This record gives sequence, structure tokens and C-alpha cells, in this order.
Amino acid sequence: MGVEGIGARVVRKEDKRFITGKGRYVDDIKLVGMTHAQFIRSPHAHAKVKKIDSSAALKMPGVVAVLTGQQLVDDKVGNLICGWAITSKDGSPMKMGAWPAMAPETVRFVGQAVAVVIADSKNLARDAAEAVVVDYEELPAVADVHAAIKAGAPQLHPEAPGNQVYDWVIGDEGATDAAFAKAANVVKLDVTNNRLAPNAMEPRAAIADYDAAEEHFTLYTTSQNPHVARLVLSAFYNIAPEHKLRVIAPDVGGGFGSKIFIYPEEMVALWASKKVGRPVKWTGDRTEAFLTDAHGRDHVTHAEMAFDASNKITGLKVKTYANFGAYMSLFSSSVPTYLYATLLSGQYNIPAIHAEVIGVYTNTTPVDAYRGAGRPEASYLIERLMETAARQLKVDPAALRRTNFITQFPHQTPVIMAYDTGDFNASLDAAMKAIDYAGFAARKAKAKADGKLRGIGVSCYIEACGIAPSKAVGSLGAGVGLWESAEVRVNPVGTIEILTGSHSHGQGHETTFCQLVAERLGVPISQVSIVHGDTDKVQFGMGTYGSRSAAVGLTAILKAMEKMESKARKIAAHALEASEADIVIENGEFKVTGTDKAIAFPMVALAAYTAHNLPDGMEPGLKESAFYDPTNFTFPAGTYICELEVDAGTGKTSFVNFVAADDFGRLINPMIVEGQVHGGLAQGIGQALLEHAIYDANGQPVTASFMDYAMPRADDLPSFNLSHTTTLCPGNPLGIKGCGEAGAIGASAAVINAITDAIGKNNLEMPATPDRVWRTIHAA
Amino acid sequence: MYQTTYHRASSVDEAASLFGKSSEAKFLAGGQTLLPVMKQRLASPSDVIDLGKIKDMIGVEASGDTLTIKAATPHYDVATSDAAKKAIPALAYLASLIGDPAVRYRGTIGGSIANNDPAADYPAGLLALGATVKTNKRSITADDFFKGLFTTALEDGEIITAVSFPVPAKAGYAKMRHPASRFALTAVFVAQTKSGEIRVAATGASQSGVVRVPAIEAALKANWSPSAIDGVTISASGLLSDIHGTSEYRANLIKVMAQRAVAAAG
Repeated sequence: MGVEGIGARVVRKEDKRFITGKGRYVDDIKLVGMTHAQFIRSPHAHAKVKKIDSSAALKMPGVVAVLTGQQLVDDKVGNLICGWAITSKDGSPMKMGAWPAMAPETVRFVGQAVAVVIADSKNLARDAAEAVVVDYEELPAVADVHAAIKAGAPQLHPEAPGNQVYDWVIGDEGATDAAFAKAANVVKLDVTNNRLAPNAMEPRAAIADYDAAEEHFTLYTTSQNPHVARLVLSAFYNIAPEHKLRVIAPDVGGGFGSKIFIYPEEMVALWASKKVGRPVKWTGDRTEAFLTDAHGRDHVTHAEMAFDASNKITGLKVKTYANFGAYMSLFSSSVPTYLYATLLSGQYNIPAIHAEVIGVYTNTTPVDAYRGAGRPEASYLIERLMETAARQLKVDPAALRRTNFITQFPHQTPVIMAYDTGDFNASLDAAMKAIDYAGFAARKAKAKADGKLRGIGVSCYIEACGIAPSKAVGSLGAGVGLWESAEVRVNPVGTIEILTGSHSHGQGHETTFCQLVAERLGVPISQVSIVHGDTDKVQFGMGTYGSRSAAVGLTAILKAMEKMESKARKIAAHALEASEADIVIENGEFKVTGTDKAIAFPMVALAAYTAHNLPDGMEPGLKESAFYDPTNFTFPAGTYICELEVDAGTGKTSFVNFVAADDFGRLINPMIVEGQVHGGLAQGIGQALLEHAIYDANGQPVTASFMDYAMPRADDLPSFNLSHTTTLCPGNPLGIKGCGEAGAIGASAAVINAITDAIGKNNLEMPATPDRVWRTIHAA
Repeated sequence: MYQTTYHRASSVDEAASLFGKSSEAKFLAGGQTLLPVMKQRLASPSDVIDLGKIKDMIGVEASGDTLTIKAATPHYDVATSDAAKKAIPALAYLASLIGDPAVRYRGTIGGSIANNDPAADYPAGLLALGATVKTNKRSITADDFFKGLFTTALEDGEIITAVSFPVPAKAGYAKMRHPASRFALTAVFVAQTKSGEIRVAATGASQSGVVRVPAIEAALKANWSPSAIDGVTISASGLLSDIHGTSEYRANLIKVMAQRAVAAAG
């Protein structure tokens, strides 16, 4: 490792501009002649749109247009799509209702757009939006998943009778039933995984710019995957062919999954910019973010786990109802199926698993992937079950986990995943040591003497990251391949540009990706720049989500680097009159091994471009690209242990300690990894204690602002005690597993297990608000 | 935000005069409620008259048995004021718990009590300490000032200039913060005046806004100690209930916060 190579705690290159306010976000961009969009949104959870009267608005000064859903239909703009086909257990395809970008006939959640005002300024657009009169006929609405599947419930889409999108199963039901029939003990648990609002710091935004002369669109937008956005906008929405649409995702202030998806607003902005002949900007406000950014989680689950007499797990049965909201968002269908049920084996040897997932429409904001996406729901369920089992079987929770850990790799689970490597005992040991697990009983007793309820909770999570092998996900219904691309461009002076299909919106790629180059060539990272987020610069890419950018994106860069180095080595050997096999790369030089003969990397680059003295037949230039398709998922895993105290008088939780022992494989920049874990833990703890997107029975959102939706603040969180155990991922040459989502996946169960341990009652739903904990303590 | 006309008053008289000249003016102090409401287009004052830059309205002074906080003094200044910490430490502590740092740097005591949010901190302090609200027209006791949710005794155009607090024998404040807004989910201020009167006020709990809690006052009059409150029953009837706290929970919090406030008061 050099000072800036793999494993170095290099300070983030991008932070100078972020910290000094020089980042360039979509809303910072101003185009000549730019107009501003204000959407008119439904105040009703379910209603017919009877009439839209925009006559008064159109007479207001500065108003350019008022456009409606019917005009979208007239212009044959396509409906929003869901990109992962799921098949129900009866063999039928999932049942989807149409999702137009603006509703021409029926609105199905509060906040759904019915029309848009385009005006010379944002304020004029808002004024005019208030002058548009929309006549609605209210319809009965349903927000709760159980209410939605009852006979007689309000129906959202004629295509989906009973509001059911699919009834999907995985695993061997017969083998699972047989395991339960022979079980010595069965542990049962009902859990709700609470709905969350993602709340990236930067709200979504879009600027669409149509060039009539070239018939070309440019879209600046807050996207985690600008190429996927371009593909979907071109292939499905009839906006423009791919070569006539450039998508730029500049600095993006956080995504957490919510900026993967194509939303109505950017579609409408593109369409509107052609209609009005001027650029159209839309920047969402926080209320719009609460109402329209795809929410996360929202599962209701019943699970049962079978044990034999030696406390080995013999079977697992799971039935989950997943609330999808009013429409199927881009990857929503995959979240409670292939991203959830395939992780139900956890870190454990479970011979038989059967899971059934019923996807349900409700009159709420659509739900899709949110940091972890299915894996937090799986991990929370399994780790609550393990803790419940330990209490019921009267064994130490850590010991019960150890009894059931998978220790031989590779390990094929009964639910598709083949774990490649891991050492679950190592991370459990590290976490137990860090928190002094052995000393807990004494600490609990002392706390009790002081009038405090102290608890400890363990969570041993596993996730599948590095998504994904294209062939595998294609066979499971994915509409896209999940490889990544990279290009290495060496300039004649030897500086290097890395073009990547990954997108950084907080992950620090501009630093970590440079570290790979520094590691391989020994050049300073100041000589390397990372180019991303522009479909005109980077040919194609699948973007950043699912903790894939290092495991997949960086591996693509490595492949391109290897090609570039191979050519550079030939050039160097030719210049040094040496055998190519004798060339080694060190400290920015190509050396003939065992001699003092060397040529600096910039001279190799210059030689490639002057082309005065290249080996016979070699093309000039030094630029190589690669596509990398992973061979398997990666499996980050670890143990989180939380120790806390509950105030019996108020139900309030106070952290004593929180330790995380993660196995992410090789770390590129441990400082950035720690930051990722901190952020993930904050979200996991936020879900456990604070966050909940709530609707009333009529589908009205109750938590549409920070006055009601409790986002975690720094003082809600403990100082984290982080450590790493390492097994290198055998699936990629760098041995990387991914670290972006682990905290959000593993933390919630540790917190709830600790609170339930403290209060001595097992049934407690998230978020464990003080009110809820107090009522649980004092319940009969 | 709708268009409005901003005025920066340099004196209380000028502010009052500006108010009289406009049709639908609002006074602006720290703007911690008014500005978000205006941004959401839920308020549309024709004129906004900024009181926050009037020098005579900023400052904390202790004199004899009275602590005076001028109306445009930000919470941060009160929380860190030596005079406030010495005279009524529970009140400086209260100010330190309001909102978050951004709110404490901008929000003012005058703005807080004029708004009289049912979960605001200051109303509990004023009511329990038996403070007097000074305006450009008169003096109003805290007992007469707070009139229910977002309602006060202030007349149209009347400007709060200061709040004066009699220094108590003992006082304490305990707050359960609302997890999202950081207002009081329920908070209780307890005070024992130098003449021996016991006053207890709860905020964030009642559907009527800040209220005295006679049952706890009676218990503390008999025995000034946390355990004296053990036997008190607080009815959940008339208390707020929402996603962050049922009325039963708030009833419990009134007791628990009162006990902790008494413990803090010593």
C-alpha cells in the first residue's frame, strides 16, 4: 500500500467543493430562457379527476402553459414502468395498473400530479398553480395492507383484483412442512417493518432542455443511474431516442435508493420543454419529497422457525405482505422477493425454507428500494426470530447463533443464494469482545440497582451486494443486466481520466477510484480524475445502488487498467529495448526488473501519442475500456451489538454502547468505509427508534414534514465502535464485498433486541418510540 | 412565499406606527414560526415588521429579585446569560432545550410567547414563575396572558417588550422532547416562590396549551419532594394524543417530568 493506494485513509478529494459550498447541483444550474414548473397535486388519496380549469391561470402574467395528464395521453407519452417481472405461484405474471406521469382520470395517492404549470419564475408558477381549479370526485381509499386485501376493500386498479399485485413463493414447502412436523420447538413471531421516507439532503430536481434545431434533449437530474434513466426514458416513454437524449446527473446530494427510479417529474419536464420550446426546471421541495419520493420497507410478516432438540434450526416459514403503495415503481417488485426472501437464511444453516410474499396496492406513495432494499427486512426478521428463540429456548442469544452458523463455504442456501465466503464466528467474537459481552450481566445488575433497565441486543446480518450477475438476475425477471463499464484515458502528459458508469452521490468515488490507480501505477491521486454522471461522456453504465460500486464498478476499472497497462508495458519495453516480461511498474515508473533502466509513466504516455517510436503494428494512443459482469453476488456480513438503557418512567432509550464488526472484504479507504457504516447505522437506528411514514385510514399522510417525521439527529445516536474482520471475496479480483448498506441492514434488530431484553417483553414494533416502549413496559 | 413588504423597525414606537399604517401586518421576531408558515404560503401578511433589530429589545438583566429578559433576546443568549443562570438557572436551562442550535440562535422569548404554541417551552416557565409580560401598552401577568392554543391576551398591534420574572426560592424544569420537532412532547416547570407559593405548569400536554397542574401543586405544597407526586393521579382527559404520544402517555409524563423537575430544583 502506498500513501494513497488501497487501504490508505486518504482525505476525500470531493470534500473541498462540498464543504466550501462549491458543489454543483441541479438547482444550481440556470439556462437561458429557463422556465419553472409547479405541479398540481392531488389532495385526495383516491379520486376521479372530473375537470381541470386552467383558464384563470393561463391569463396570469408570466404563465407559459398549463399541461395536463390528458395531453400526455394525447401525445402518446408512455406510462411509468416496473423493470422486474415477478411471476405468482399460480404462474400468472404480476398484475399492474397503469401509472401515467400525470393522472388523466384517477388519482391514487396524495401528492400524485394531475397537471403542471410552466411559468417564467417559480413564484409565478406557484401563484398560477393556485389558480388552477381541479374538480375531484372523491373515492373510498385504503392505506393499510390488511385492510386493502379484505373483501369489499376499495379497489385501486381494475388490472389487480383484490389489490393484489402478486402472490409469490420461494423454497420447498413440503420439506419445510416436514421439518416443522418433526420439530422439538417452534418459535413464532409477528413483525412489522415500518415504512420510511428516504429524505436525501438534496430534494429531487430536473432541468429539461429541448433543442428544436437538433431535435435533441438534455436532462439534468438527481439520478443515481443516468444511463438507466436515459434507457428507460427512450425505450418506454417515447420521449426521445437514446442518441437524442443526454442525461447529466451532476453533484447529487444523497440518494439512498430513492434516486434510482424514473419519476413522473423528469418525464414531464422533458415533454414540457419540447411543448413550450424553452428549458423547464423543477426542484422539489421537502413536502413534495415526503409525498412523492419512493418510500421504503413497509412489510407485515408472520414467521415461524423450527428447532430440533439440540437447538439447531430445521426449518423456516415466512409469510409477508408487502405494501407497494399506489403504483409499481421501477424496481419495487424485486425488493420484497429476490432482494428479501433470498436472504432469509441469514448466517445460519437452515435446511428448509419456504416464504410467501403477497404484494399489495394501497392508496399511498409508491414504495421501492431504500438503503438495503429487502435485505434489512430479511435481516430484521431473522435476527428478531433468533433473539425470540433464545429467550424461548432459554439459551444465550450469541450461543444460539453460534450453534447455527454456517461455517463451510461455499454454502448453498435453500433460497437461491450461494454464499461464497465468510467467517461469522470471527465477527461475532470481535463484537462480543468489543462490548465486553461477558461482563454484561454485572452491568445489568448494577444498572438495575440504579433504577435503570439495561439491555443488550445482538444482530448477525448478512446481505447480498455487488449486484449482480446479469445472467442470473435476467433469469429471475430483471429487465436489465447489472454489469458495469469503465474506460481509462491516459492523456499525453500522463494524467489519467477514469470514466465510470458508477455514480457518486456521497460515496466518495472520486477518491476511492483514484486510489486503485495510485496503487497500480504509483502515481499521485492528484494526477487522476474520475468522470461520471454524463451519458455523453461515459458510454453506458448501470449506476450506483446495492453496494455495487466498488465490487462491480471498481472491478470494471481494474479490468480497463489491466488492458491499458498491458499496452503501456509494451511501449515501455520497446523504448527500453527490454523484454515485456521484464517490465515492472513502480512509483510511477516502468522499470526493467533487476536493472536501473526505467521510463517514467508520462513518457510512456507521450510515446503513445507522438507515435514516433511504437512497436510495429501498434495503434497510437493509450485508452482502454472494459465491461465487467460479476460472477456472483458478494456477501458482506457482520455482527452488531447494542447495549442500552430504558428509562421506565418515560420509555426513552439511551445508548450505552454500539459495536459493529463488519466483514466487507478488502477496504479501499477505511475512513470512507467508516463514514458509510456511520450513515447506515444512523438509518438503521432511525428506523428502530424514530422514523415512520404514517397514513391515516383514508390515506392522508400524517408525517409529511420534519415536524412530524422524526429523522435521526446526531444527538439521537451513540458514538460507534467499529471494527473489521476480513475474508476476501473470491468473486472479484480485488476481494471487495461492499459496505454501503450494512449499517442500515444490521442495526435495527440489534436495537430492538436490546430494548426487548431491557424491558423483558419480546413484542415491540418499530419505531420503538418512548410512548410505545412505555406502554409495552406497563402493558398487562 | 407570497410577496410581502419588509420593514426593519429601529424602535418600538416606529414598529407600532408601521403596524398601524398597513392592512395585514405581522411582527417578525426570530421568525422561527412565521417564516416557515409564510414559505408554505399558509400566511400572507402584506407587511412584515422586524422587531429583532431594535436594540432596546435585546438583553438579559437581573435587578434585586427580578430577572428581566427583553423580548427580542434569542434563546441562546438566555441559555448562556450569566445573569439568567445565576438568578433562575432553571429558566436558562429551559432556553438551552428549545429546538436545536439554529432555532436557539434566531428564536426569541417574545416571539415564542406571542405565538403561544401549545408545546412551546417558555410558556411553562412564565406561568410557573408567575412572570409579567411587559408590552408597549401595559403589563400582563402570565396567568392572564396565555389564553389557549396560539391565543394570548395581546391586542392587535400590541408589542411585547420584555418579560420580568420574580426570582424564585426554587425552580426546576424537565422536558421530554418531541422526537421530530423538538418542541415539548410534555414538559413541566415547577417553582416555589420566595413567598412560599408553589406553581407548576405543563406544556405540550393539554389540548388547552400551557396549564397549571393543581394536583401536583397541592402535593408539593404538603411536601416539596419528588416522592410527594407518587400518589397524584393525572387524568388523560383533555390531553393531546398523536402519533408521538397518547394522552395516557402524556398524563404519565406530567407526573414523571414534575418529579424530575422537583429533583432538579433541589
